[in-house]
Amino acid sequence: MNVSPTPEVAFKPADYKSDIKPVWCPGCGDHSVLLSFQRAMAELALPPEKVAVVSGIGCSSRIPAYTNTYGFHGVHGRSLALATGLKAARPDLTVLVASGDGDGFSIGGNHFLHACRRNVDVTYVVMDNRIYGMTKGQPSPTTEPDWDTAIAPGGTGLSPFHPLVIALASGANFIARGFSGDIGGTARLIVDAVRTPGFSFVQILSPCVTFRPDQQKGWKDLVRTAQVPETDDPGRAARRLMTDDGFNIGVLYRGKRPPYQPRPLADLPVAALEQEFAV
Amino acid sequence: MTDLPPLPDFRSPAEFWARALAIEVEATERYELLADQMAVHNNHEVAEIFAKMAIIEGKHRDEITRRAAGIDLGAEAAKFGWTGPDGPETADFEQVHYLMNAHQALRIARHNEDRAARWFAAVAARATDPEIVALAAEYAEEERQHVVWVDDWLKKFPPPDAGWDDDPDPPVFSD
Amino acid sequence: MVTRPPVRSVSIVLTGSGGAGVMTAGEILLEAATSCGLYGLMTRSSGPQIRGGEAAAMLRLSTAQVENADDRFDVLICLDFDNVQRFAAEIPLDGESLIVGDPAAGPLPAEIAAKGARFVEVPMARITKGIAGGRISMVALGVLARLIGLPESSIVTAVAESIGRRKPEALVANEQAVKAGAAAAADLPAVPRLALPATVPTGRWSITGNEAAGLGAIKGGVRFVAGYPITPATEILEWMAPALQQCGGVLIQAEDELASINMIIGASHGGVPSLTATAGPGLSLMIESLGLAVASETPVVVVDVMRTGPSTGIATKSEQTDLNIAVYGLHGDAPHVVVAPLGITDALATTQWAVHLAEALQTVTIVLSDQSIGQSRAVVDRPKDVAWKAERLIAAEVGPAYRRYETTPSGISPQAIPGLAGGQYTADGLEHNTRGTPSSQARDHMAQLDKRERKIAAFDYGDTWAEIEGEGDLAIVTWGSSTQPVREAIARAAEEGVSVRLVALRLISPAQPEKFAAALAGVRKVLVIEQSHTGQLWRHLRAHYDFTATVVPIHRPGPLPIRPGEVLADILKEVRR
Repeated sequence: MNVSPTPEVAFKPADYKSDIKPVWCPGCGDHSVLLSFQRAMAELALPPEKVAVVSGIGCSSRIPAYTNTYGFHGVHGRSLALATGLKAARPDLTVLVASGDGDGFSIGGNHFLHACRRNVDVTYVVMDNRIYGMTKGQPSPTTEPDWDTAIAPGGTGLSPFHPLVIALASGANFIARGFSGDIGGTARLIVDAVRTPGFSFVQILSPCVTFRPDQQKGWKDLVRTAQVPETDDPGRAARRLMTDDGFNIGVLYRGKRPPYQPRPLADLPVAALEQEFAV
Repeated sequence: MTDLPPLPDFRSPAEFWARALAIEVEATERYELLADQMAVHNNHEVAEIFAKMAIIEGKHRDEITRRAAGIDLGAEAAKFGWTGPDGPETADFEQVHYLMNAHQALRIARHNEDRAARWFAAVAARATDPEIVALAAEYAEEERQHVVWVDDWLKKFPPPDAGWDDDPDPPVFSD
Repeated sequence: MVTRPPVRSVSIVLTGSGGAGVMTAGEILLEAATSCGLYGLMTRSSGPQIRGGEAAAMLRLSTAQVENADDRFDVLICLDFDNVQRFAAEIPLDGESLIVGDPAAGPLPAEIAAKGARFVEVPMARITKGIAGGRISMVALGVLARLIGLPESSIVTAVAESIGRRKPEALVANEQAVKAGAAAAADLPAVPRLALPATVPTGRWSITGNEAAGLGAIKGGVRFVAGYPITPATEILEWMAPALQQCGGVLIQAEDELASINMIIGASHGGVPSLTATAGPGLSLMIESLGLAVASETPVVVVDVMRTGPSTGIATKSEQTDLNIAVYGLHGDAPHVVVAPLGITDALATTQWAVHLAEALQTVTIVLSDQSIGQSRAVVDRPKDVAWKAERLIAAEVGPAYRRYETTPSGISPQAIPGLAGGQYTADGLEHNTRGTPSSQARDHMAQLDKRERKIAAFDYGDTWAEIEGEGDLAIVTWGSSTQPVREAIARAAEEGVSVRLVALRLISPAQPEKFAAALAGVRKVLVIEQSHTGQLWRHLRAHYDFTATVVPIHRPGPLPIRPGEVLADILKEVRR
């Protein structure tokens, strides 16, 4: 970018991009999400070395390699645990967690519940494409019940997982949904999520052009800005979710729970610990 | 005109310069990203098209930078579009396909130039400051010229054959 | 004692990218060769892109069954040169090899040129453009057919079966493309040709190791599978899902591997032979619950399609490095069974045997397959049927004296299946007495440990425990996918007058000291050959056997396959010492 940084603009989005070129398929929503990440971090003026992007396994989880921050590409489904440990030990860092619907809601489901409950100050972005892309097209927890795949011929027959409902029920402090097709809007949501203390969950509908090309065409027409403003009342948020068809974009819920950050109580010399044993 | 991003009310020519610059910067960066995507997927014909478009937009960006030197553009130029919609000249990530051909890539470029031309023309029609009107009209004309260039360029590349997106090999995985 | 003459074969690799259809072309070539009576093996390699990436289809065509790669390739045909250097280490070439390129692709990349192969060009892209609807991969197939002496008609028929079903309108164009490619190859330098048999053998299969394992499981009696997708095991689950439905069974995609292993323990407790399939990272997750299956004496089969480790490793490549975790990974003293197929066809019988062992011994049987077995396709003679079946010792009638965990002489106690009146018990991971009631008593712990160990150790594993072939005072001990290249090396050594005995282990655990000693009787030097950086098999053998011979460990890690030539070099080096 040829405009010299002014005092008001410390960083630009390109500062957060590594030199590794993404291998995502052209047309994949994750390309847009990566740009949203970069823009959000620039908007927040975060020094890249003070940011960590933590992920699991899957197409979406490739994102840390493409960002010029610290990062951890962990094992399948455990990104939230990694991130919790990192943030608890290093509260000075800004920790972003990236996952997909398989990594985050299937094998990662248990950790999702407890991360929402624990309310550590991290931002959890799940790129939801309703499929397991990396292992070639198995149903994920958010896949429709009648979606035919080799491993579940005729469809799973199971009701899809509703991530926002689970997040709300488990105590997440900030809950939002975005759409990869609106890069600026998604960046805005991520900025808001990072600025809000506590566990911030952003589900981003991010179509898979290879296994679900129907989504690309369909989702653009189905998403809409939520007609109702955000709420800080979990009951109201729950009632909204009753009629949510999965395509309302925006912030659903913003609570006031203080974030969880364990702190030491004192800083005594270690020798002080021996006193209890002395006889 | 429904594919145009919102038309702002410019309060000064400096704001217009800032926006015009930001539009070119974003367009350039987007073409560079698309060129990378295509190169990674071994579609060199289209990677080259997008790389050339990035150079063209880059030249336009450099020219605006030169003309705007000395004008205080403020943070607006550096931050335009970060949290707003894509600019009128920015290619859409979702319109590409790893098997697309040069013709299809150029049609995307043509659409972007055309949309930029219409956007600037709409700004010119709506602005009240005569300097902004003149600048917007000038840029609209410039973008219309780009459309002509792309049309010429398009003549060299035929549309794809039927079944262009048919890849007999299934997707592979690597994780 | 069986000596196998060296296999006459030709190795071909096709590379290309971005929708060129290299994998499909490789499959068509294999199909065509098969229809001409040849046998073959196909493996694949690709870049990290999900679509449009650089791809390599590697084939070995032969006049006899083959399940391993040769030392080198006779022909490399490149539809383009995009990122082909990625495959350089996997495509050994020499001065006799022929590279066919396309002038439109630009110069031959330096890494490939450095191998010193002969290089010719065929204008495949130009030929393709001249045929409306033609594909460059079809032109390449025509070139290959002419080069290696396959009739064009065999390619055309195979194309019709492959592409013709999806896109019948493309058939004519592709037929023309094949013919044009063949014509363009008329003046190319000669490459080795296989003599096509006069009659096409009947009763053959085209199958991958993953499919073979799935079929073996169902033949053995498995009727419940729960699994979680993971490279390179997912195909087992995807093949078994509809297959089980046809045979009175069911498959559930679980939310993760912890759920998978516990679901199959549950199903097995209900009396249904059960199985899951996974890879290294998944097996690691299952370890705790494998202990539950061992302690509760619930039969389960876990197929681990090993990939390059540790951790996420290289998911699409093979290695033999899960032996440690499979044998020693459980906490506590938890004897169980670990078997490993020797190759693609052997995956059927070995998995079938694993079902039998798990059910007969009421324990965990881990099947250590690997990526090179699981994801390679081979054309083979239909494997002979084996009789292994799930034959769980089930309590038929129970009185008040029924003890689920009775300390029988064999160590195997009849299981009451839920539904049998009077047989009610609670299966438990807690240590228990013979009734199954939790107990912390020393005598109960000792009794149950002895029982669980005795049943595994006292069992007669018969001749299936290993393949022992040949005579000589030099022996090679190996396992899994290393077996086939070792076999071929031994056959080549025989041609040079060097006699080597092969001991290929199918039963990894429990150890069989007496049988092993008998297998190595008279041997003075033993080479232990495996695909592992730390030599896991060698260390396992050292832990359980007293070797009288000199032992030479020879091991290297993945991702590159072990080839017969390198084993032959190891043999000759040791013989000459």
